[in-house]
Amino acid sequence: MSVLKSNAPAGPLADKWTKHKNDIDLVNPANKRNIDVIVVGTGLAGGSAAATLAELGYNVKTFCYQDSPRRAHSIAAQGGINAAKNYQGDGDSTYRLFYDTIKGGDYRSREANVYRLAEVSSNIIDQCVAQGVPFAREYGGLLDNRSFGGVLVSRTFYAKGQTGQQLLLGAYSAMNRQINRGKIKAFNRHEMLDLVIVDGKARGIIARNLVTGELERHSAHAVVIASGGYGNVFYLSTNAMGSNVTASWKIHRRGAYFANPCFTQIHPTCIPVSGDHQSKLTLMSESLRNDGRIWVPAKKEDAEAIRAGKLKPTELKEEDRDYYLERRYPSFGNLVPRDVASRAAKERCDAGFGVNKTGEAVYLDFAAAIERYGKEQAAIQGNQNPTKEEWLALGEKVIETKYGNLFQMYEKIVDENPYKTPMMIYPAVHYTMGGIWVDYNLQTTIPGCYAAGEANFSDHGANRLGASALMQGLADGYFVLPYTIGDYLADDIRTGPISTETPEFEEAENNVRTTLEKLVNNNGTKSVDYFHKRLGKIMWNEVGMSRNAEGLKKAMADIKALREEFWKEVRVPGEMDSMNPELEKAMRVADFLELGELFAKDALDRNESCGGHFREEYQTEEGEALRDDENYMYVAAWEYKGEPADAVLHKESLDYDNIEVKTRSYK
Amino acid sequence: MGILSSSIARKVAMALSGLFLVVFLTQHCVINLTSVLDPDTFNSWSHFMGTNGLVQFALQPVLIFGVVFHFVMGFALELKNRSARAHKYAMYKGSANASWASRNMIISGIVVLAFLGLHFYDFWVPEIVHKYIETHPEDPTRYYAETVHKFESPIRVGLYVLAFALLAVHLWHGFSSSFQSVGFNNKYSKALKGFTKAFAIVIPLLFAVIALYHHFNQIPH
Amino acid sequence: MNLTLKIWRQKDAQSKGSMQTYSISGVEGDMSFLEMLDVLNTQLIEKGEEPVVFDHDCREGICGSCSLMINGEPHGPDRLVTTCQLHMRKFNDGDTIVIEPFRAKAFPVIKDLMVDRSAFDRIQHAGGYISVNTSGNTIDANAIPVEKADADASFMAAACIGCGACVAACKNASAMLFTSAKVSQFALLPQGKVEATRRVLNMVEQMDKEGFGNCTNTGACEVECPKGISLENIARMNREYLAASVKG
Repeated sequence: MSVLKSNAPAGPLADKWTKHKNDIDLVNPANKRNIDVIVVGTGLAGGSAAATLAELGYNVKTFCYQDSPRRAHSIAAQGGINAAKNYQGDGDSTYRLFYDTIKGGDYRSREANVYRLAEVSSNIIDQCVAQGVPFAREYGGLLDNRSFGGVLVSRTFYAKGQTGQQLLLGAYSAMNRQINRGKIKAFNRHEMLDLVIVDGKARGIIARNLVTGELERHSAHAVVIASGGYGNVFYLSTNAMGSNVTASWKIHRRGAYFANPCFTQIHPTCIPVSGDHQSKLTLMSESLRNDGRIWVPAKKEDAEAIRAGKLKPTELKEEDRDYYLERRYPSFGNLVPRDVASRAAKERCDAGFGVNKTGEAVYLDFAAAIERYGKEQAAIQGNQNPTKEEWLALGEKVIETKYGNLFQMYEKIVDENPYKTPMMIYPAVHYTMGGIWVDYNLQTTIPGCYAAGEANFSDHGANRLGASALMQGLADGYFVLPYTIGDYLADDIRTGPISTETPEFEEAENNVRTTLEKLVNNNGTKSVDYFHKRLGKIMWNEVGMSRNAEGLKKAMADIKALREEFWKEVRVPGEMDSMNPELEKAMRVADFLELGELFAKDALDRNESCGGHFREEYQTEEGEALRDDENYMYVAAWEYKGEPADAVLHKESLDYDNIEVKTRSYK
Repeated sequence: MGILSSSIARKVAMALSGLFLVVFLTQHCVINLTSVLDPDTFNSWSHFMGTNGLVQFALQPVLIFGVVFHFVMGFALELKNRSARAHKYAMYKGSANASWASRNMIISGIVVLAFLGLHFYDFWVPEIVHKYIETHPEDPTRYYAETVHKFESPIRVGLYVLAFALLAVHLWHGFSSSFQSVGFNNKYSKALKGFTKAFAIVIPLLFAVIALYHHFNQIPH
Repeated sequence: MNLTLKIWRQKDAQSKGSMQTYSISGVEGDMSFLEMLDVLNTQLIEKGEEPVVFDHDCREGICGSCSLMINGEPHGPDRLVTTCQLHMRKFNDGDTIVIEPFRAKAFPVIKDLMVDRSAFDRIQHAGGYISVNTSGNTIDANAIPVEKADADASFMAAACIGCGACVAACKNASAMLFTSAKVSQFALLPQGKVEATRRVLNMVEQMDKEGFGNCTNTGACEVECPKGISLENIARMNREYLAASVKG
């Protein structure tokens, strides 16, 4: 085991980034024209990085498996993006955003990175507005904000429930400008299947053209991985069907350390599972918790009656309801951070108070908000004594303006009207805080290979606060990586074009080809989904919202056995040299089957509870997470050694010089 | 096609020529109405239209150009649009999302065009022959009787009424659509749309009523 | 419920395709349309046949990947949903469902129900952006107040997911609704007005080059759009285009 260095610059926290920018090497514009950069993934991080790198003058090649960069899964982010603008004058500042993020992450993130994130957050908003992102505005023409979980200020900028879409379209528009100039070549419907290392440096990738099935060699002076998170290891998650760990896993196999794989965010407000056929889960934005109150019946018999369909939630009297978040966490109430809200929902459902057929759902109720807004609107219109019909209509209208698209989505999926009856929600896998280990420059342990956005482990520690993923993706892509990468590329100005006719490319291509051939010629009997679903079940049951040593050991053994079965029994119809979505899936699931085991190993290794990682053995008497700062205040970065169980741990210790490490409390 | 190389330019050209024809249609209808209300006015207006140099040698060619342009362009667009979906759907539920009128402008257009042929044969050709080939002395009172006699045949009147019905269908979509094409969209759009729909019904209906009126009120030869 | 599916199968862009009939049982109302196809595909794989290829990704109605002409309508009979959010409860036991790819000359079939919509990307490359550097050194976000109505209208246009249902529904396979949404999104904001002339001319030129048909204002696109993009955008683009043409 070695000790990893973050390479964060010395000096006072607030000056680190400025100082670092002044110190790092620059590449002159004429030389940038001779340098190629590959960006894998075109979501917020990859798209914004590609646009900025191209604008600086580098030749950029982007790769995405979707048919257009604009369809990357960042598009599905709903609620908003944080920035320390303090437009509301409610006491926000760079330091407070930094503080909230560190605390929200349960003191498991790197101080210098998080401060930089908070520092550049304001620029993101300026940048996006200049690009024409249509954020929500007040009547005065200025930007509107709302509040999100785990904080006491309103710093979230939003565009209805489609903030991710609007930000991604902004990044995509910046890409378009560069594509039009010829500075970005976009390889869509392409999937990276290996990293090529020449003389210890990342020098290219092997990508499969998903339309023709052809394997292509692409060289570059640096490779950026921005391929998102690995939540789909659980099969059911809010991730897109195609979201995968493959690019990250391939670089991990080539030497990049994988950090904190067990830090996964289970989002509290998702539409509950309806049956075995379910292919994915749908998120209902956290912003709903601004106005929705979460409850379950206070009496078990009521919960049973509701599950049996004998009782309607609207018939339950106020005193028979248990608003358990407001009860347990009076100061933050329904706006506690996600990990806390999710665990609390699970605790109630496990205790037998769940409200849908499967007993795995709680209510998110808007009745109180509709009444409050309705009466407020009536008063504004001069009606001091509105009838119930009047305030209902007015209140529902307010709710519709704020969350109309989410309510419509809920109604389409569940076939119930959420204006009239409370929504049913349950936690679901949503985001992965863990990822490829990177230093302050976002460089992985492979020189010349960088990771940005959700793909890296960086800024969110053990739990991410709402509206911070968009912030991190754009911060990495627009403002951090394009500069820090120059420090590395400054040494490459005399390298010249990199040939793809080398033994290293040959070896990588053969490696990919062998795996593909093995899969299409396997002649098993079971579909890829069969294995993926079974992996998901193991992960959810043993490595999900609460974990224990025994279950984790079992999960490791089960996943290993499943992996072996997969390679024996999987059936992939079709050919490898043409469009073949089953083959694409098989390649991704093969990587999930390795990652899953490392994930469980990491969870087993971390003998404490922190953020989204809850070990049943380590909890307070009230059932809250019990951290062990003495022994576990470090980043666990795993080195690949063949079998996931053999991975070697490297620690990066976390030092908090500017913030007092406390027990996280939202009571 | 030069200035008409862009799809929007073609669309605007279609709209403007259509709007021009709507104006013509309106004045034609007003003159026709006088044949029911007051034959003398009809005669004198018809005489004016038939003999005024500006109308005959400036407006008439423009009108003919407008008509020809509108239908040539219509055909050209139809062909282009058909080629934009070379492979047809096995099942296409056009009625689920658009009106029959809007989807079948080419059909209503062809019917109106065929009617124009008949109409020219009935009125315009004899008029040209009367005026420019056989030289007759000027008779400012001949128009009314000539017009009424044209509506003697029930087949012809039937064809006319049918054509007016299809004209209504064509206008139902075309008139309001032309405003969309030229980019007219503001708080008056809704009212304007109402007006165009009313126009699309009323004007063809008046034409039909006039034709039927003369058919049933024949004057002896 | 039990269903009969008639699905377009086509090996690749060069091959000639045909409609094939499949029967499927055990479909539940809570399934999405794509989950129903998943069930069919699992059956096909177990029989050793190639599954039906279709585009899909987020399955929550926002990425715009899923397409499908279902019983003659893009995204099926329901309104304001994409195929991934169309649920089987909208169909009845014993129904026959006809499933075809979105068809347009500008959207060539790649395989089965999957089509190439890169024409949309090229339209956006031609001008779907505001030329501002991504340095972050711009003016403060609140230095440009935008009237709420304009910001909201811009958002409504920007909500387009680029799925291509407008093209698929249009009898002329016209891309005017898509292009106009992209033009409007910027044209409505003060930041976007600066290069409005260049933008609309270039984007319309590219749209025409791609081989889409002409708009005849049937309005089918607006009805079938899963995001409710309004025809007003087309009027706005026509206006912008005329003004730009005059200005040159």
